[in-house]
Amino acid sequence: MDTIIQGLLKALGLLLSFDRELYSIILLSVEVSGVAVVLAAALGIPLGALCALKRFPGRGVLITLLNTFMGLPPVVAGLVIYLFLSRSGPLGFMGLLYTPSAMVIAQAVIALPIVAALTWSAVASVDPAVRETAVTLGATPVLANWRIVSEARLQVISAVIAGFGRTTAEVGAVLIVGGNIAGYTRVMTTSIAMETGKGSFELAIALGVVLMLLAFAFNLILRLLQGKGGRP
Amino acid sequence: MKKASLFVATLLLLLSVALPAAHAVTRVILASTTSTQNTGLFDVLLPAYYNWTTLKDVRIDVVAVGTGKAIETAKRGDADLLLVHDREKEDAFLAGGYGLERRDVMYNDFVVVGPPSDPAKARKAKSASEAFRLVAASGAAFVSRGDESGTHAREKMMWKTAGVDMNTLKNYLSVGQSMEAALRITDEKAAYTLSDRATYRSMKDSLKNLTLLYEGDPALFNQYGTIPVNPAKFPHVHYKEAMDFIEFITGPAGQKVIGDFKDNHGNTLFIPNAKR
Repeated sequence: MDTIIQGLLKALGLLLSFDRELYSIILLSVEVSGVAVVLAAALGIPLGALCALKRFPGRGVLITLLNTFMGLPPVVAGLVIYLFLSRSGPLGFMGLLYTPSAMVIAQAVIALPIVAALTWSAVASVDPAVRETAVTLGATPVLANWRIVSEARLQVISAVIAGFGRTTAEVGAVLIVGGNIAGYTRVMTTSIAMETGKGSFELAIALGVVLMLLAFAFNLILRLLQGKGGRP
Repeated sequence: MKKASLFVATLLLLLSVALPAAHAVTRVILASTTSTQNTGLFDVLLPAYYNWTTLKDVRIDVVAVGTGKAIETAKRGDADLLLVHDREKEDAFLAGGYGLERRDVMYNDFVVVGPPSDPAKARKAKSASEAFRLVAASGAAFVSRGDESGTHAREKMMWKTAGVDMNTLKNYLSVGQSMEAALRITDEKAAYTLSDRATYRSMKDSLKNLTLLYEGDPALFNQYGTIPVNPAKFPHVHYKEAMDFIEFITGPAGQKVIGDFKDNHGNTLFIPNAKR
């Protein structure tokens, strides 16, 4: 119990001291997970919407695959991406292993199925009356589809939140493809794992507190966005 | 919706600007061990190197893993040089043509640690292998790194010389983690383990249930060596920069930094022994 209280105090102290190393770790975490989730959203929202709105061959299989990969263990994703990005792997010529870019790729791969599958389920559950009304009012098929997706926007934002939650929380993949290099690929979760291993529990708890505060801030922003969107 | 897309667009823009662009620096990837990283040696060694070198814009990126994994990483072409401690695996690496030359850098030793009550009486052992035999005979728990690290390799060698088949031990816990994590588990379980002296010393204060029980046998000598990855095997490696760093750590300036490096109790952790 002592350690936890000490950790909380230390977290506060570290944050207020504007420790440069700490802030660079926080910044890198936000950047990596942020870019990853934006990539995952840019690909996953259209993919999920497509699955919900159109019939095409292999659609059922694709949905099942997306749902399966929602449970992809980050460490497995990390291993596969490591083997691809390694100099001895097919993409080795790009020299991306042990860089922040490699970490973004890994986290985007982890977040994509979450965003896509949750978007699919959100869009698929929109009342069919929305399309009928839109068509009756003279909407083109494209416009009618857009109406349906925007009807589901709150759940789509939730899908993005879920993807972001997964990326900021994962440690296995970024550790493998990033290498936890000080000042370059060290993020909050890999720091926490390392400090815990070293027995610096106060620092580890402090970083954990900061991570939770960040998640809270991010969710608060998205909540406000959802709120402002209002009910149609 | 408009607001949301505006927000996402702004976020995307911000992030693309904020993500560190590829610098014009040469990244030299040094695959090394957790014992060198977590004791803080690189925190003093790297700044001293940047001060010393005449090369411009070189950065040493340390990827700290066990020796076994460090060597595998280099074998895949994912590192520029090694700083590790398992002579057998190092020689195999050289023999496979993956490395060009091997140089001694520094040494310390392995120690047997365990609970102060010492149920196995390892304290009374006359040799390291006897200490291992006593631990085995007592049935006390033994924590193994189990991760193909240099320490794990030495531990397996010690069981062999002790004439004990570790697979028959009832309380043999193979944890597959770093030395720090293994020591912590040993502490919680009041078990025995083999540790490099540097890591044990740097963590000693927080290991309430552990004490040093056996040390001093030449069989526990722990030599660290450095090897540049062969550019003929992997043309992309930064051989020139790797050799520059090797010249530093095996030269007088780097050797002095290693020798002067101490833990917060003033204990020397590594003894430099590069041959000139």
